[in-house]
Amino acid sequence: MKEILGTTGLVMNEPLLWEKGGNGRCGFSMPRRDVESSPIDEGLVGPVPDFPELSEVDVVRHYTRLSQWNYGVDTGMYPLGSCTMKYNPKVNEKYASLPGFTGAHPLLPPSMVQGALKLMYDLERFLSEITGMDTTTLQPAAGAQGELMGTMLIYAFLRSKGEHRSKFLIPDTAHGTNPASVSLCDFHPIPVKSNEDGILSPEAVAEVMDEDVAGILVTNPNTLGFFEENIREIGEIVHGKGGLVYCDGANMNAVMGIVEMGKIGVDVMHLNLHKTFSTPHGGGGPGSGPVCVKKHLEPFLPVPRVVQEEGTYRLSSEYPDSIGKVHGFYGNFGVMIKAYSYIMSMGPENLKKASQLAVLNANYVKESLKTVFNLPYDRPCMHECVFSDKKLNVHKITTLDVAKRLIDCGFHPPTIYFPLVVPGAIMVEPTETESKETLDEFIETCKIIANEAEETPDLLHDAPKNAKVQRLDEVTAARQPCLAD
Amino acid sequence: MKSIDELNLPENYRYAEDHEWAKLEGDKVRVGLDDYAQDQLQAIVYVELPQVGDSIKKGEPFGVVESVKAVVDCYMPVGGEIIAVNTALVDSPGLVNESPYDEGWMIDIKPTDLTEMDTLYTRGSIREAILKKVTKEGQ
Amino acid sequence: MRYLPHTDDDISAMLKVVGVGSLEELFSTVPEDCRKKEPFNLPDPLTEWELNRHMASLADTMATMPEYKVFVGAGSYEHFVPSSVLSLLGRSEFVTSYTPYQPEVSQGTLQGIFEYQTLICRLLGMEVANASMYDGASALAEALLMATRITKKKKVAISRLIHPHYREVVKTYLWPTGYEVVELPYLESGRTDLSALDGMAELAAIAIQSPNFFGCVEDLAALREKASEREAMSIASFTEALAYGLLRNPGSYEADIVCGEGQSLGIPQSFGGPSLGIFASRMKYVRSMPGRLVGKTVDMAGKQGFVLTLATREQHIRRERATSNICTNQGLCALGAAIYMASLGKHGLRELAKLNYDKTGYLKGRLEEAGFKVKFDSPTFNEFVVEFPSNFERTYKRLLDQKIVAGLPLASYYPELNNCYLMGVTETKTKEDMGILVKGIES
Repeated sequence: MKEILGTTGLVMNEPLLWEKGGNGRCGFSMPRRDVESSPIDEGLVGPVPDFPELSEVDVVRHYTRLSQWNYGVDTGMYPLGSCTMKYNPKVNEKYASLPGFTGAHPLLPPSMVQGALKLMYDLERFLSEITGMDTTTLQPAAGAQGELMGTMLIYAFLRSKGEHRSKFLIPDTAHGTNPASVSLCDFHPIPVKSNEDGILSPEAVAEVMDEDVAGILVTNPNTLGFFEENIREIGEIVHGKGGLVYCDGANMNAVMGIVEMGKIGVDVMHLNLHKTFSTPHGGGGPGSGPVCVKKHLEPFLPVPRVVQEEGTYRLSSEYPDSIGKVHGFYGNFGVMIKAYSYIMSMGPENLKKASQLAVLNANYVKESLKTVFNLPYDRPCMHECVFSDKKLNVHKITTLDVAKRLIDCGFHPPTIYFPLVVPGAIMVEPTETESKETLDEFIETCKIIANEAEETPDLLHDAPKNAKVQRLDEVTAARQPCLAD
Repeated sequence: MKSIDELNLPENYRYAEDHEWAKLEGDKVRVGLDDYAQDQLQAIVYVELPQVGDSIKKGEPFGVVESVKAVVDCYMPVGGEIIAVNTALVDSPGLVNESPYDEGWMIDIKPTDLTEMDTLYTRGSIREAILKKVTKEGQ
Repeated sequence: MRYLPHTDDDISAMLKVVGVGSLEELFSTVPEDCRKKEPFNLPDPLTEWELNRHMASLADTMATMPEYKVFVGAGSYEHFVPSSVLSLLGRSEFVTSYTPYQPEVSQGTLQGIFEYQTLICRLLGMEVANASMYDGASALAEALLMATRITKKKKVAISRLIHPHYREVVKTYLWPTGYEVVELPYLESGRTDLSALDGMAELAAIAIQSPNFFGCVEDLAALREKASEREAMSIASFTEALAYGLLRNPGSYEADIVCGEGQSLGIPQSFGGPSLGIFASRMKYVRSMPGRLVGKTVDMAGKQGFVLTLATREQHIRRERATSNICTNQGLCALGAAIYMASLGKHGLRELAKLNYDKTGYLKGRLEEAGFKVKFDSPTFNEFVVEFPSNFERTYKRLLDQKIVAGLPLASYYPELNNCYLMGVTETKTKEDMGILVKGIES
């Protein structure tokens, strides 16, 4: 048998910032003082904030050591379901760091920022083309903000017709952000049950759809990894009662070039550039959540919008029906650069190929592991597949134990305990950038772990052993929160 | 998680659909979470209780219980006025786990209509209800 | 394509395991009438070397220092960022990880954010800071929503001297809730007219920005007093975080929520984003706070470690009753801010903040000497408003041609401030730069 990927290496302990350093140290090259001190009213001046004093070397060692306690996509396979942890191309980072972009003030006259405006203008059009929608705004800073904004467009559209509806349909497989976003728009979320195939049935939607429902928020492909096959019919039911269809495009990575969302009844959708379009997640952001709409929602898009006249670009706020702004400036421009360069590197055919390979990888994992773990829905999947710990429960092994043991074996765990419709869910999204060898290694490791669950369950209960820390006491952390020193 | 036989469901308590227990003590009703609920939630980290003096109807929420990864509302098993709350839970929410029927009590109610007690499950019927739920999930 | 590792052999072997004949067949569950028929109308792929040239050609059109001298702040500030900060922030273990859901393999991010939370608390004098919001604008909107949740009141008052864009974001966020947003006017001193609050009842919160949009330092003690009188929450917003390296922090004025923009703390301007929404409050309100929180704890062996905590406030658990819908935030930017603050240290921070103050004072003095009117007499930090003669627009355009941006014209934001410009100065401007600016304006 091949050696397991995970092993131990020398990892340093590193104290908190303020537990190191020395009086008078500074890790910053202070700019030259070439002006006199200006008088200041002493009453305005506060005590110096109690920051640690560190040399540049202290700071560099500190954060280098911290970084070594992290697992990233560059470290290995990161099959976190619904998060699309694909490889983040290095060259995109370089472009986002070009001084012309990083040094640009957002309020300069348009003639001085043509490159940035052109990039945004083109990216909007690329994303409209990829989704088959009519217009795109790049302003939302992340997927959840995109959801909020997209829902608000629906709110604005209905208001413009003199309607005020109070409910929004949300499938039981939805991300938590979905109900949270619609409720910020003052809509009451109404759950819709998925059927025995793990998808929405037109009947279930029809049953709850009425004239007080503003719309439906469908993640497609959904979080079980299935394409919502009845989406067109569902759209007709919702539209028939005057509602709109919102598509959460978090899982767009499965269907680029395969499905044209704009042609299947979707009125508005958001994308996550930090998922489908390869921008890195940064340990929790920054992301970017562009929203793509059909014509009838365009008047309500946030301002300013990039417009082009004879090859010259400018920002325009002359849209009287706009909902306003959701970001201080134009959104996470630095992230847009990376998504733009990704699309430019891939080109039309490779984008489609990426989706095909993402789906191939997920189905390959599903078929290879369906006899190892319980597979609650045994059907062809899209970009991800969902297993459960049901078979392991007899050995008193849970999904959490499997996840922690995977860490010891050198893999980042999948998403666990989500979606909620599968108790003990193990949600695997390999993405297209994992090779067959890596998948085989992952599959082999899962088989070993399933075996261990039976024979040496304590290996799982006590895992992880190879990481910087063992399982942490989350109960005490929540009972007596220590959130700052 | 406990198996059905490991659950402690004392005889002289009544039980609500959402696993609050209610116990008549003189003219007040004491309320808490039953063993099944605390076991499902696992370690409870926070309890939010109503104000003394609040009047809440049967079936309406009176408080919130949180574990690390879950949060549930607690509903009035019988309607009435809150006459006492267990302030010990503020600093020691774990009492709900350790002693669900005793030190982990949540509120005392002055009931508006004592006959509401009769609508609640008994030890036997709540056990049946749990059994039904567990078998259904296991399918 | 170098990002796609599959060989033809791999693909056929894998298809065989899956039991389908082709890549197209994998999509059997997508109904025919949902299929995209035509290929994408997108540009053909570029090689890395072609793309290098293309991206450089876009970036080259942008006006940035040192070629351009931009005297504009207004929510985005030109500060030096040490190479060490950028280099550490580029470490791929930080860049390519997800939200730290698995704490055992995310201790780097988690300790980094715990340290960030602590440093922000120390900077602002607060008890608890979250792991970040999207930006200063949405942080303010979330602060106001939090105040409505806590006070159960449906009206908020915000100063007209809060960044105009922030006010727009607030109005957008609050629009569907139906909550009322009242704007407080400003005084001739360049501060918020808090007397406008007299007679105003049922307020959930009063929010002012300090230093405000005109750069003027606001009276946070008066804010506290006015808020207490009305049992409203006091919210201090800011766009220039560096100010609190010098000025008395909002926590010392007992602000309930302090929120603002952290871009000044080592984050490149990047045409307005990504930046950093800072959000801090009091422990008594922690369960109503939006966003992620990292807490210190121990592992099974008793060793110190960090976890995401109090997650029951958040959307993935509380769903429609969550304190916010935020999920992905600006984690890497928060880490960058922590590295920057750690690099400066307490004395470095004070020295840098004072240098910014002094440089601004210098330019203010030079312009006054040259006969131009500083519009407001309140003390300022990094920004101030100057009223130029009515024909200044021509001069402004001429200076643009000379690659100098002489402030931000205010008329489009405050119609009454025709001919007024918001000047921004930071440590990146030398005495010589400012001399050139003043000469250019004079001639």
